[in-house]
Amino acid sequence: MDIKEIKSKFPIFTNKVKGKKLVYLDSANSSQKPKVVIDRISNFYSKEFSNVGRSMHSLAVTATNRFEETRDLIKNFINAKFREEIIFTKNATEGINLVATTYGEKFIQDKDEIIITELEHHANYVPWHFLRKRKGAVIKFAECDKQGEVSINSIKQLITNKTKLIAVTHVSNVTGTIMPLSKIIDLAKTKKIPVLIDGCQGAPHIKLDMQKLDCDFYVMSCHKMYGPTGVGILYAKKKWLDELPPYQGGGGMIDEVKKNDISFPESPTKFEAGTLQTAEIVGFAESIRFIENIGIKNITQHEKEITEYGLEKLKKNNSVSIIGDPKERGAIISFTIKGIHPHDIATILDDDGVAIRAGHHCCQILHEKMGIPATARASLGIYNSKEDIDILNESINKCNKVFNN
Amino acid sequence: MDLKELYQEIILDHGKNPRNKKKCDGFNKDAKGNNPLCGDKIHVFLKLNDEKHVEDISFEGEGCAISIASASIMTEIIKGKDFNVAKKILENFINMLKEGSKPSINSLSDNENTTIMSLSGVKQFPMRVKCATLAWHTFLHAAEDNKKVVNTEK
Repeated sequence: MDIKEIKSKFPIFTNKVKGKKLVYLDSANSSQKPKVVIDRISNFYSKEFSNVGRSMHSLAVTATNRFEETRDLIKNFINAKFREEIIFTKNATEGINLVATTYGEKFIQDKDEIIITELEHHANYVPWHFLRKRKGAVIKFAECDKQGEVSINSIKQLITNKTKLIAVTHVSNVTGTIMPLSKIIDLAKTKKIPVLIDGCQGAPHIKLDMQKLDCDFYVMSCHKMYGPTGVGILYAKKKWLDELPPYQGGGGMIDEVKKNDISFPESPTKFEAGTLQTAEIVGFAESIRFIENIGIKNITQHEKEITEYGLEKLKKNNSVSIIGDPKERGAIISFTIKGIHPHDIATILDDDGVAIRAGHHCCQILHEKMGIPATARASLGIYNSKEDIDILNESINKCNKVFNN
Repeated sequence: MDLKELYQEIILDHGKNPRNKKKCDGFNKDAKGNNPLCGDKIHVFLKLNDEKHVEDISFEGEGCAISIASASIMTEIIKGKDFNVAKKILENFINMLKEGSKPSINSLSDNENTTIMSLSGVKQFPMRVKCATLAWHTFLHAAEDNKKVVNTEK
């Protein structure tokens, strides 16, 4: 696989940052976009745009077809059983909120329990907190250990006959831990508990097969998958979508509207109120094609190689402490440097054109558990190379120079 | 834009060895400030007498070199000033970081001026301005008995 060739498909890398070559190590936050995706959005607006699913004119037919093609592509990409199981949302956060709101309304009563983990992004905690406030639900946190692992036992011991949902991340956005999803889902199935997976850090990097994985809900963030911002995907098993009430009300999601009552159509229409991000969703089809042209397994393999190189290199750097040591790690390395706050690291790295993220990465529970207020995080995409890691390492050494350490 | 302008010796010194980083004795006002995007937290303690004179000021908290240095510098400069003067310094300081204007306060000694000017480089780094201003906004909340936690993302 020629990474230089792949990288050349991303126009952003032709720009300089502070006069330096851009070393982009913030893909867990948002990935960069290949030209095909950018061009597709522009061409769609130039040549094919109209609103979808409403008007009868030719443009509306074309736009609707393009829009629905993306749904089919996603269905195949994640091997869902039915195309109706793919719901477009504005982001992954909205996908979780949709489940928390609708599933919560129908199935959660006072004192019912929801199990999440200490690794979760705020997006997989705050929506459940709302349910705690609204319905009196109890949130239980499965503990993570020093390596950043959540053992199957730590989840098992929290399960009671009140447990109504298990919501876990696929890959931690801080420690990079790849969660033992199959074990968790097998365990949940024996107790008939539905499972939601926050797949933001999984979907861009790991082959997905919904029928094999057999989870109930899986959310994705398109802008982390070389796609446009403003689009998320909620996969949900059809049986849930048939049972759950609508989420938001508005145009496009109704069946029949009378003065005394309103009826609703089936999924996905029921859950997609109002005009969606039409051009972005059409554009996202190109992101899926881009990933599939490279091959998701090739992406996994390449990123694994660079991650291992990064871990090896940074472990040799005495001033660096790497956060967590999970057995299975995604394309994420979070670290601290002795005596230098992560914000200062990020500013100094930026001076070398190295883009990382610093802070708590929307994981305050995890940072509190680890006893550190913030970390610096380098996260990878298909365009990263060993050279990027070398530049990162050099720049880390510069941090120590600036701080006279 | 130069890193050396941002991380001047004075700032590194205050960042590594912050002054007045404790709960000062006899404080009668305090306030908290958060930078929720980054996780910076600051708690300012103030001893303001009946004549609104800052008898003592200190802080506790955690954050980057810029936020800690700025808090440390603030306590050094504001200690012993009347509140009205302190408020003027604060306004000047914030204008310096946001507009680039030079602080023009007659009540500051040359030494104090040099110290406060060491933070002027922050203006070149827009993402870091809120790090530098957090302690100062928190001081104002404490002095004015504003019980709301300062939030840089409000």
